Amino acid sequence: MTEQLPVLRAESLTRRYGERLGCRNVSLELWPGEVLGIVGESGSGKSTLLNMLSGRLTPSEGRVLYRDAHGADIDLHALSEGERRRLLRTELGYVHQNPRDGLRMQVSAGANIGERLMAAGGRNYGKLRATALEWLDKVEIAAPRIDDVPARYSGGMQQRLQIARNLVTGPRLVFMDEPTGGLDVSVQARLLDLLRRLVRDMDLAVVLVTHDLAVARLLSHRLMVMYHGEVVEQGLADQVLDDPHHPYTQLLVSSILQG
Amino acid sequence: MLTLQQDSLRSGEKEKMPLEGYNFAYLDESTKRMIRRGLLKAVAVPGYQVPFAGREMPMPCGWGTGGIQVTASVIGEEDVLKVIDQGSDDTTNAVSIRRFFASTTGVKTTTHTAEATIIQTRHRIPEHPLTEQQILVYQVPLPEPLRWLEPSEKETRTLHALEEYGLMNVKIYEDIMRHGAIAMSFDYPVRVNGRYIMSPSPIPRFDNPKMHQCPALQLFGAGREKRLYAIPPYTDVKSLDFEDYPFEVQHWDEPCALCGARHTYLDEVVLDDTGKRMFVCSDSDACAENRARQGMTEVSHD
Repeated sequence: MTEQLPVLRAESLTRRYGERLGCRNVSLELWPGEVLGIVGESGSGKSTLLNMLSGRLTPSEGRVLYRDAHGADIDLHALSEGERRRLLRTELGYVHQNPRDGLRMQVSAGANIGERLMAAGGRNYGKLRATALEWLDKVEIAAPRIDDVPARYSGGMQQRLQIARNLVTGPRLVFMDEPTGGLDVSVQARLLDLLRRLVRDMDLAVVLVTHDLAVARLLSHRLMVMYHGEVVEQGLADQVLDDPHHPYTQLLVSSILQG
Repeated sequence: MLTLQQDSLRSGEKEKMPLEGYNFAYLDESTKRMIRRGLLKAVAVPGYQVPFAGREMPMPCGWGTGGIQVTASVIGEEDVLKVIDQGSDDTTNAVSIRRFFASTTGVKTTTHTAEATIIQTRHRIPEHPLTEQQILVYQVPLPEPLRWLEPSEKETRTLHALEEYGLMNVKIYEDIMRHGAIAMSFDYPVRVNGRYIMSPSPIPRFDNPKMHQCPALQLFGAGREKRLYAIPPYTDVKSLDFEDYPFEVQHWDEPCALCGARHTYLDEVVLDDTGKRMFVCSDSDACAENRARQGMTEVSHD
């Protein structure tokens, strides 16, 4: 947290789905290198918030300001679609819960990693391949698997590949939607380990959505608890989890299975 | 509109109508006008796919209905038409389309590239250089070069609009990864006028360089997908490639077995079931011309 200014600022975000309220009056700030966890049960508005923050869903009210690499504040929802998409595949990243949504399942792992680079103008096969190999190594996938299609990968490998595909352009801010969902416990642990290392090494800012408090405690510095579309509690991760104030947070914390 | 439809029934022109009861070139005038409007847009935005209300033609999709509709819209009574299929003037598809236009328009047809003003083609660009006086009409089965990786039409249109062509390079990457070289030998994607990526229709990549700065107008029609696109005369057309895997055309070790030409596109013809084969020019007109120039006797392509 060397810089003094937040990389992402949200100002009173509200999203209505007709009569229903998806998310109400959420404001937040995210600093470089910080991991912000958003927890809450299904339907509490976590994904709505994440989609608004990442520019994929237009808020009914409020705005999202992203501070780009040159220090300029960009209103994500005021950008043209082309600019927003360019930003999403260069300075931002989005890791889907299901790797099938974030990967191209019918092209090789190497091409999956290289796609962002090629979109940015990479036209040298040798260099693309070298970068792909480097990133496979970083996410602990064996080099000979570079030419396999992700459909032949295990679930955990697919998720790691998706992370590599997002990080290859050196983004500054990554959105993660339940990155460990659907993985078994030992694979989850390995993935969390990897994520912690990458976040630290690359000084990434991360918005992490999860319903798993253990994941939230391990990865995030700060926590926001959402309930019925509103933020009911926020603070340092350990503080929120060890000393929950809001009744819903207390319920959430007490419902963790004690091993 | 009614008067438009009856354009060709004006008195005095009736004897020029070869087929009683049909409009000149089969399509009604308002349809032709609609297609020409689409073509004007296509010429104005080189390589951009213009949707058009494709009509049912008296032949199935896949037989060149897109190209036929384009030809029908631009052909006039003074035109001379040549139709080729795989470079040859005498295959079924070429013969039937040529007859179709001969009977519905009564225009002169030819097999000689130099004599033609409109050339409708499937799979080849003639070997004989084209001129400013000529229009080349391509029959296109799949107009969308990005379809291979992106099944959604909405998404491919967005990608074209935003000039997001990373996906196309993914295809080239996969090709090099699998085959050690860019193995696409036909329908090799090109970038037109530095902007749109375009499918050149299934011509061999040998013909790709001929599209670059071509003096003739090139029109593309996809009947099933209902798309038109165009390359105006003297437009830059660049075949996509990687820095370390540059674009190359095909080469053959031997010359054409009939005319001896060394720089034409050759077809491999199997002669018997013991594996004997020969390589001959795929452009039958250019091959015959070559032979005539050398004083060789006429040889049938069959």
